[in-house]
Amino acid sequence: MITRKLFLRFPKCETEKPIVYHLVKDYNLIINIFRAKVTANEEGYLVLDVTGREEDIDRGMDFVRSFQVTIDPVNKGVRWDPQRCTHCGNCISHCPTHALHIVDPASREIGFQEELCIECLNCLENCPFGACSSAF
Amino acid sequence: MKTYDEINERIASGRAVVVTAEEVIDYVDSRGLERSAAEIDVVTTATFGPMCSSGCFLNFGHSTPRIRMTEAWIDDVAVYTGVAAVDVYLGATELRHNDPANMDYPGRFEFGGGHVIERLVAGKALQLFALSYGTSDYPRREIRTWFTIRDLNQAIMVNPRNCYQNYNVAVNASDKRIYTYMGLLEPNLANCTYCSAGQLSPLLNDPFYETIGIGTAVWLAGARGHVYAEGTQHAPSCRRTDEGLPTEGGGTLALTADMKEMRPEFVRGVSLPGYGVSLALGIAIPIPILDAEVLRRTTVRDRDIRAPVVDYSRDYPEMTGRTLGHVTYEELRSGEVRIEGRRVKVGSLSSYHAARRCAHLLREEVRAGRFPLAPPLRPLPREQGMQGLRITGEPR
Repeated sequence: MITRKLFLRFPKCETEKPIVYHLVKDYNLIINIFRAKVTANEEGYLVLDVTGREEDIDRGMDFVRSFQVTIDPVNKGVRWDPQRCTHCGNCISHCPTHALHIVDPASREIGFQEELCIECLNCLENCPFGACSSAF
Repeated sequence: MKTYDEINERIASGRAVVVTAEEVIDYVDSRGLERSAAEIDVVTTATFGPMCSSGCFLNFGHSTPRIRMTEAWIDDVAVYTGVAAVDVYLGATELRHNDPANMDYPGRFEFGGGHVIERLVAGKALQLFALSYGTSDYPRREIRTWFTIRDLNQAIMVNPRNCYQNYNVAVNASDKRIYTYMGLLEPNLANCTYCSAGQLSPLLNDPFYETIGIGTAVWLAGARGHVYAEGTQHAPSCRRTDEGLPTEGGGTLALTADMKEMRPEFVRGVSLPGYGVSLALGIAIPIPILDAEVLRRTTVRDRDIRAPVVDYSRDYPEMTGRTLGHVTYEELRSGEVRIEGRRVKVGSLSSYHAARRCAHLLREEVRAGRFPLAPPLRPLPREQGMQGLRITGEPR
């Protein structure tokens, strides 16, 4: 069993199909949805963890792609811009999973470990310098 | 004992021994105070954080025909025009025109005076819009044009209050979230925010203002500037530790420098949800090591510096003067402190990482002979408090 974090972008027309249902039912995948925005007549987004056997995940993703859904295997839902970050550390007490963390206690440099991010968006609200942003 | 002239001679010759206020701790630990005092010429201190009492005077030059601006906006942010015709003052906390503020609570405050200042220093094109009533000598009544900092005759930062000597640790003891200039504070002491560079901070390394005074040369976001006055609310007669370190705000500095020489990474607009906008600045100040006692004060450590914990849901707004105790910067930097028996998560609004960079950059400038020290023309007041504002129904 492996877990992958995926970022799915749905084109306008495919949002009415129960894709997640089929991933669970037909491909034996365990789904953990972090964040979703799926609205009729608009582009949709889904950020989720899928857990299962590697071949089931691959087959499931082939199924998802058959709907012209784009799959990014990396976290694109929440972005941290190291150029805008001043490393103040205001985010640290608001990030529940320590995705935003202090890399080096001496220099107090901030880092972002994408795979720990559950997309709660606390950092978007709390960064004084606008270093964190959301794809949707 | 060294004099300013001797230290400046060594700086000019490129032989000065310069260390940061962080490096000096181990230096003195390993070599001893007296020997270190003979060796070290300068210790560089620094801070980086939001400093609301900041802003700048800009001079646009005269258009044809001339205008005497009576109302003006830069990127839709109002500037003060109650000075000469094409001089304006742009303040860090001014909101953008039509910002809904806290009408939809908490307001986002995504853009304001601090962000205009950031864009100006970064060399971006900004839009000026100004109105006037028109006079014989200044007939123009309206102007709209684009400009960059290079088009201005002067862009001089003039900050009435920077570099607070020490600062509160903000908490929220109420049962509702609050939005403050110290960021979002969750109810029941769930988190706290501090805002000081601690052992690197300028006035904590010179607690009695022995070397930092009016006229002292400072590194203001990369530009060579000066302390032009005591900062507003400068209150040296505060509570202090046995070693003389303030355990509350204490002293402040008023600073000025030419914005055309500043580095954009140290001039940054700040958005605080539910509160407003501000400006974060990186500032470094060199301390001349005139004698062993001056050096000893620069070896201050985070564990020696205590910050007051203040409840921003009640005690801060209501001016009660109550604190929930004190914590050291060493404790704060561990990520968790104990307040009223509870474990409290710690966040920071000041960047130690950026302050360290400022201290390093100034260290390199002094070592390279490019940053001579300026002795104070006048000391900062060493004894004075701060008074509140009495509300009266009639003149006193």
